[in-house]
Amino acid sequence: MANRDVVITGIGLVSSLGEGGAAHWDKLTAPGTTPVIDAERFPPYAIHPLPQIDWSLQIAKRGDQRQMETWQRLGTYTAGMALDDAGIKGNDELSATMDMVVAAGGGERDEAVDAGVLAASENRTDRDVLLNEKLTTELRPTLFLAQLSNLLAGNISIVHKVTGSSRTFMGEEGAGVSAIETAVARIRSGQSTHVLVGGAFQTEHSDMLLGYELAGYLHRGPWKPVWQRQGSEGGGVVTGSGGAFLVLESRDHAEARGQKIYATLSPVLSSRARRRNGGLEAGIAELLAKTDLPDGELLAVSGASGAHAATAAEKAAFDANPAIAARALSSLTGHMKEAQFPFAVALAALAVDRGAGYPAFEQGEKIFAGKPENVLATAVGYHQFEGMALVSAPR
Amino acid sequence: MANLKDHLGRPVVAVTGIGVVTSLGVGKADNWAALTSGKSGIHPITRFPIDLLNTKISGMVDFLPSSTKGASALTYELAETAAQEAVEEAGFASDDFDGPLFLASPPVELDWRDRFALYAGDDEGSASERLLKVARSQNSLDMFDTSQFGSIADRLADRFGTRGLPITTSTACASGATAIQLGVEAIRRGECDRALSIGADGSATAEALIRFSLLSALSTNNDVPEKASKPFSKDRDGFVLAEGSAALVLESLESALARGAEVLGILRGCGEKADDFHRTRSKPDGSPAIAAVKAALADAGLAEDEIDYVNAHGTSTPENDKMEHLSLSTVFGERIRKIPVSSNKSMIGHTLSAAGAIEAAFSLMTMREGVIPPTINYDNPDPSIELDVVPNVKRKAEVRTVLSNSFGFGGQNTCLVMAREPV
Repeated sequence: MANRDVVITGIGLVSSLGEGGAAHWDKLTAPGTTPVIDAERFPPYAIHPLPQIDWSLQIAKRGDQRQMETWQRLGTYTAGMALDDAGIKGNDELSATMDMVVAAGGGERDEAVDAGVLAASENRTDRDVLLNEKLTTELRPTLFLAQLSNLLAGNISIVHKVTGSSRTFMGEEGAGVSAIETAVARIRSGQSTHVLVGGAFQTEHSDMLLGYELAGYLHRGPWKPVWQRQGSEGGGVVTGSGGAFLVLESRDHAEARGQKIYATLSPVLSSRARRRNGGLEAGIAELLAKTDLPDGELLAVSGASGAHAATAAEKAAFDANPAIAARALSSLTGHMKEAQFPFAVALAALAVDRGAGYPAFEQGEKIFAGKPENVLATAVGYHQFEGMALVSAPR
Repeated sequence: MANLKDHLGRPVVAVTGIGVVTSLGVGKADNWAALTSGKSGIHPITRFPIDLLNTKISGMVDFLPSSTKGASALTYELAETAAQEAVEEAGFASDDFDGPLFLASPPVELDWRDRFALYAGDDEGSASERLLKVARSQNSLDMFDTSQFGSIADRLADRFGTRGLPITTSTACASGATAIQLGVEAIRRGECDRALSIGADGSATAEALIRFSLLSALSTNNDVPEKASKPFSKDRDGFVLAEGSAALVLESLESALARGAEVLGILRGCGEKADDFHRTRSKPDGSPAIAAVKAALADAGLAEDEIDYVNAHGTSTPENDKMEHLSLSTVFGERIRKIPVSSNKSMIGHTLSAAGAIEAAFSLMTMREGVIPPTINYDNPDPSIELDVVPNVKRKAEVRTVLSNSFGFGGQNTCLVMAREPV
């Protein structure tokens, strides 16, 4: 009988804290690590910016780099790290048979062109004609491709030669949840042997902030950690640029090629709570119940965004399970939208692999002193969709 | 008694409901009548001014209440209208479908009208600061929803009572086929008895048109709009941007038979292969498209000589039609000259995210009706593309199996194999 347990064999991470699984582990477990915050560029909002990145480490051709804006570069770069980590990068056969599910939003619009159109609109009533005038002459043809959601996956195929299959899921945190859930289901059923899955979010662009702020979701005023933003000015979300990609494999596939296994991944659960009716807390509780949590104290890496209602519901669901010691990763990285769930799963896998928990990321988070055999990862969308997964020691 | 499991021991997936909207009209009946009479839905653009545009024609859906309300509203209405027809035909309660939802839809962007309105709401600071400031003071959930990639699926999930977290997928021009593939796979894995797969695209804005124009992808044959889309013709000069939607209710054959539902067709196989060559051009040897076709045939458990008809991607761009011919002739060899290969896009244009779903719906109807829709505007054949394109006039034929191709920008290729009857 084939063993199709799903295992994690590759991790690629980028956030304001740095790049790589090891660097994140070191930062997140070191006492007194403080978040990297930029409160100057997009006032009144604070963001967690990208670190300095040498793109050529994962995207060798300058021509390829030029075809992308930062979001696609970031995703392609992070995917390359995960492939490297899993010993797949540069292996033509493994790459050509590898499936891929990318969780994506959109890429960056040309802010200068948009600003020019808006400025000109002050003196024009024929705005539709103005749009034609400006866009036909000022848009760069290649920028369209840099904006397209599915072109992050397209660039990963071109740069890293992952070509088994390529699917892009859209829909904020839920896209990250579905991407991992689908990848796991494919491996378990024998539809895939190895899958690249993840996403990236580039917040350093005003449109990316606007996507939250149209409904007033962003936190304003002095920065605070995730669980302490209730009642503060604004909506509670502080965003961050980052990416997270995982290589998932069937245990047989990983063992046959002698690859190091970080952790197993099962189950992965998703839901769409009817939030307008106040159903979110019950929805999260139901997911926790379905996850079949192990006995004893349990470390949880929470993707909580800080959004007031969603974060309060998640906190209440955790409080009702006193065994859970939650760590809100966004306190140190910011909210990374589509990459949020893959990032939480990656941090859970690192804790299982290292055999140690994370210290509290902020005051008030429960102490976890044990050796984690299982770690819960969650992503409750700031607006819609929820998911969680259990990451466990491989044996 | 039909086999309930396929050649690989997986549940056979049936289609029990179909819904369609294109520029030719709402619903299967109107669309089929137009499609089989060789009617084109391509017409002059009236939704926005065409000043300075090289392309002044499209296959937009201009007759729905949301047609002038922006890409998000129109895409939702297109999806809802097609899904309503499909769910009704399948005989499920239209507010309690109770199976997962897979939606192929275009990436969302805030409409220019909303950008202008936000900008006008304040007069200090940079453009981006003004937008953000006004956005947070207005806190408009309607505008917010149009900027969230999961919103359309969320609303559809509410509307039809689908189960769980809906998946919104984008694989460019292959999206519609991917949504169907996701549904097929979920049923095969035993996760559900039925799934609702929708492809919908109402995103033909001025900016979208200009972007494709800048990539030299669009036809500029503006003078006679209905003649502009001419797949496999020598003088083809690009695709015609269009809108539309289709929905399929997919159901395990076992479940369909058990409840006495009419089986409209069988989704026998799906195949995919990504291209790593270039962002808009496919590998010159056609190997990814070839691999996708072969993967679909293998998944369906059919040999090359068991395909009766090919519903082509057939976009009418110089590049696609050449490459599609290359890949088909490589897979099917000499026999390709004898297999009818037609392109629905000659009449409805390229419906982008919806195309794979719409063309799957038409493929299923082709088998049921025993009529192959033509490739219209085939007046000047490309001598390097030797195909039986079912030129200009529909053809009666017994069609037991169809291969439907979808090849996307960004290198995502997905092929579906459908059959008229279970085996």
